Amino acid sequence: MTEDPKILPLINDRTDSRDILARASSQAAKHGLDDYFIVDVDSHIGDGAAWPEILKLLENDVLRDDSIFYSAAARGAFLNDTPGLQWQSVGGRVPHGAGLKEPVDDKSAPREVTLSRRAIDALGLDCQVFFPNALLFLGMHPVREIEVELSTAYNRWIVERVLPHEPRMKAMVYLPFNTPEAAERTVKRFLGKPGVVGFVVTSTRYQPVHANEYMRLYAMLEEAGVPLAFHAHHNWQNEYTKQLNRFISMHAISFVLSNLVHLTNWVINGLPERFPKLKVIWIESGLAWVPFIMQRLDHEFLMRTSEAPLLKRLPSQYMREMFFTMQPMEATNLKLLEGTFEAINAETQLLYASDWPHWDFDVPARLFDLPFLNERSRRNILGYNAARVFNLDVPAKYRKPEQVAAE
Amino acid sequence: MKELFVAAENEIADGGRKVVATGGVEIGVFRSDGNYYAWRNECPHQGGPVCQGVMTRKVEERLDGERKSSGIHYAADGHRNIVCPWHGYEFDMKTGRHVGHAATRLRGYQVKVRDGAVYVVLPA
Repeated sequence: MTEDPKILPLINDRTDSRDILARASSQAAKHGLDDYFIVDVDSHIGDGAAWPEILKLLENDVLRDDSIFYSAAARGAFLNDTPGLQWQSVGGRVPHGAGLKEPVDDKSAPREVTLSRRAIDALGLDCQVFFPNALLFLGMHPVREIEVELSTAYNRWIVERVLPHEPRMKAMVYLPFNTPEAAERTVKRFLGKPGVVGFVVTSTRYQPVHANEYMRLYAMLEEAGVPLAFHAHHNWQNEYTKQLNRFISMHAISFVLSNLVHLTNWVINGLPERFPKLKVIWIESGLAWVPFIMQRLDHEFLMRTSEAPLLKRLPSQYMREMFFTMQPMEATNLKLLEGTFEAINAETQLLYASDWPHWDFDVPARLFDLPFLNERSRRNILGYNAARVFNLDVPAKYRKPEQVAAE
Repeated sequence: MKELFVAAENEIADGGRKVVATGGVEIGVFRSDGNYYAWRNECPHQGGPVCQGVMTRKVEERLDGERKSSGIHYAADGHRNIVCPWHGYEFDMKTGRHVGHAATRLRGYQVKVRDGAVYVVLPA
């Protein structure tokens, strides 16, 4: 007597994300993630479909009218990314890498809310910080006024139209960093809005972060006690990455390159000394680059101290007080990864991030595959460190961080 | 040892597969050139549903006599790989080994065809 087994579907570009992530749900059950407070610090639930709605929130009346015509002509009006160079799906091998195209019937909330809820439930999360996927290239826009206009519309869309539907969704508001005064206005306008947990600079841009024009902005964020994040992205348009003929090469280097440049300027110009209480997060460059730049800067600082006179400690010592998201966590050499965790003081500084639904996303279960990680560190990285950075309340059903620390 | 029924023999076409959840495990059974291959539906990378992804032809880079690249092309043998849909880890359908790193491999099961039905054998 044979019983017909349950058939599992093939996964394609329209598969429901709950089916794509079914095995992550099994992992969550296996590891008892219900008992863990988990914050996903970086997610990008496809906002491309909402772009026409976002454009309706443009505050400049001419641009708003123009956007109607440009939207009719092409997707992504006013945006400066290059659609033909988005090869994230690895030639269709990773279907969701081209964006989630699954059906959503619920019309009571924006599609992005439904997709975020699906991910939160499937991955066993408590909350998810939503990033402006559509704006990741915007720092390279040739017209800086457009960066201001588009980001304001986007920020309004997130804050006014998305976050009110789902308290588990949080947002870091996009700073139009190419115009420092506009970035300050953005902080004033959106600080304290429900669900806003911080502010983000997309790292793909050519702006020296130590420029004096930014000091008021940093002071505002420090005073407010909210984090400033630098979110990396790829860039195939600069002179170095133009030499790379494969997406793998460009992606591997350029995500790190932008954060390497900004972090180096941040440290060498003594910004940690000038703004000692400002919480800084470096997002989506993996982790392997961090011990590299720690060693490199320490090595040169000891020989050229006169060029970094604001520093009172080694560059790496300031970096150990910064925060880093772990995704995409390079784990092909666990000895090196363990050394990295030690170098960055991962127990208190590392933040779990999924980057879902991008092609190189990380599931929470990755933190259960590291033999060197103790339970306290695991709980910190999954959620308690983020609670500290983002001023989140840990629900009563979880053990408090200090309880875990005492165990 | 435990035998789990997966499919009637004619249910899986050559070049096709069936992925099932049965007996507490998820298993993909693939048929190629008349032979069956069974792999656990769990990618060694992050545990993704490796058997539920696309099957794709192997890609190779061809060099001419002067070792100049002629670019990348599909291999001529028509052999297909299994790709994990989570992150693109790509495995040889017949050996279960990652195409770029043979030490990374899928967990396999013995397949038995008996009385017109396909079974996988679970270790005791």
